[in-house]
Amino acid sequence: QEVTVEVLDHLERLALVDFRDAEGVERLQKAIGFADQLHEVNTDGVEPMDSVLEDRCLYLREDDVTEGNCTNELLKNAREKVEEYFVAPPGNIPLPKLEERETFLQGS
Amino acid sequence: AALKGGLRFQVSAALKEGRVTATELCQSCLSLIRSTKFLNAYITVAEETALKQAEESEKRYQRGQPLGVLDGIPIAVKDNFNTAGIETTCASNMLKGYISPYNATVVQKLLDQGAVLLGKTNLDEFAMGSGSTDGVFGPVRNPWSYSRQYKEKSVPKSCSEDEESNWVITGGSSGGSAAAVSSFTCFAALGSDTGGSTRNPAAHCGVVGLKPTYGLISRHGLIPLVNSMDVPGILTRCVDDAAVVLGSLAGHDPKDSTTIQDNFKPFELPNLTDVSKLSIGIPKEYHAPGLSSEILAFWSKAADLFKNAGAKVIEVSLPHTRYSIVCYHVLCTAEVASNMARFDGLEYGHRSDMNKSTESMYAATRREGFNDVVRGRILSGNYFLLKQNYENYFIKAQKVRRLIANDFVKVFGSGVDILLTPTTLSDAVPYMEFIKEDNRTRSAQDDILTQAANMAGLPAINVPTGLSERGLPIGLQFIGRSFQEKQLLTVAKWFEKQVKFPVIELEVKRHDHGAFQHQKSASFS
Repeated sequence: QEVTVEVLDHLERLALVDFRDAEGVERLQKAIGFADQLHEVNTDGVEPMDSVLEDRCLYLREDDVTEGNCTNELLKNAREKVEEYFVAPPGNIPLPKLEERETFLQGS
Repeated sequence: AALKGGLRFQVSAALKEGRVTATELCQSCLSLIRSTKFLNAYITVAEETALKQAEESEKRYQRGQPLGVLDGIPIAVKDNFNTAGIETTCASNMLKGYISPYNATVVQKLLDQGAVLLGKTNLDEFAMGSGSTDGVFGPVRNPWSYSRQYKEKSVPKSCSEDEESNWVITGGSSGGSAAAVSSFTCFAALGSDTGGSTRNPAAHCGVVGLKPTYGLISRHGLIPLVNSMDVPGILTRCVDDAAVVLGSLAGHDPKDSTTIQDNFKPFELPNLTDVSKLSIGIPKEYHAPGLSSEILAFWSKAADLFKNAGAKVIEVSLPHTRYSIVCYHVLCTAEVASNMARFDGLEYGHRSDMNKSTESMYAATRREGFNDVVRGRILSGNYFLLKQNYENYFIKAQKVRRLIANDFVKVFGSGVDILLTPTTLSDAVPYMEFIKEDNRTRSAQDDILTQAANMAGLPAINVPTGLSERGLPIGLQFIGRSFQEKQLLTVAKWFEKQVKFPVIELEVKRHDHGAFQHQKSASFS
């Protein structure tokens, strides 16, 4: 079944990545079709597997600070900063709605 | 140039005995990198720091105190490993100009052993791909495209259409690393392996490509693709060298809680002479549609080789093999969707000029920074993780994953020691042909034989086996039991000795010496 524009729009907002063109949407359709083959497999009674190491206890270290004090190092890679802050544009402003957004989906 | 003379000799011994100095070795490799620039195997060549490291190594050798076998040995690292002070790009616009503030654990371990880091190698963007063709720095060319062996088998076209259009891909995504090792510019290289990204280019470039057991080697500092499947990969010219590098890298890392805590003891590979106690499994599902008759023939011959030497060779079944690639497709895109979320332009990497709001800045940054392949996977992954799809796709894939892993458990539990399979469906294809299909299709086709080992977390290795009719390398894959790298590598070494894979006869013009033929392989162990 075809993916609706609502879902495509929803995905663009969730992923903060856009479909750019018809090919992008095609790509998703094909990916879904490909993944649908999974439903041929009988998985009754099978538990999902998160990790091949599920039978082991993962290492948890002590909650002690062992390294840090590298503020300058870390700030070096940021483009916009003020003193020791990373500077972001204003938050709490949602992406414009589909009709107002510059997205390929507008055409569909 | 003296180093490259003589078959398979020991560079480490040469360094120890003073027959060659670390600086000479480093300069020789740097010079060769310059001469083979057209391969596009390297994104960054860290010439200054490499020479400094070589100098330090030389001093240690003069004092008679080398740090180990790897001291002074030039190596290369795939550009998705963090390297302090050296740009780490993942072949993406998103990280162009990003200078890592730290070394990945595996890089640190190699440096601590005195290895000389020559540079960062090219890959598919964010390790997504099977050709090393989709990075922003362009595709990597397979050194074998310029070998006498390939050239003499190519049908000469019109004079103008020579090797420029005929060159073949390296495979991927660790193509740069494979090409670097294959063309003698370094003695070992790090790659990464999530779906076959180390073994695939190893097969196409005629080098050894080892994928260790998941949990054996630290992923700290390896920019993640699929956290539950990624492993650092090792590329070398012979199996013994792979064992040496493995020895220096394996072991628990407190900075990576997915590394197991068992004590790891580095090992030397015995020279196996008696294979009669071995049981080799041939999984019939690996006779996949599209498998070239040539590779099938090599595979058969290999099975016979073991049989004639007295090993037990039996056909086995891994029934869910063909779903591995579908399963991978869902789990990979899902984990990618999550892992790529960190790239928002705020703390590092590319940042868009758009500044109306945080969200629009993130969206623009990601639009500008990621290529179509990456964006496509992020969107697919998010689709599979939507509430309405989670159970049907993501959880379903996790269940299928268990079935795939169980297939292996059953086979190894029935007495089989090692599985023998092809690594790729065919030899390396010309670039012009490869790009006719899109990335996802290619990955789905090319990963078919390598992916399941990642799904199950098992160790696997590509061993160069012979040359195809086109004069290009063909490799075969051995898959072993969890954490049984010693057994896996011992068998691989025995096989390597039997097949005597030919040395690449690279025809490269050197800056200083004019046309010069590179005839010998050199290992360091």
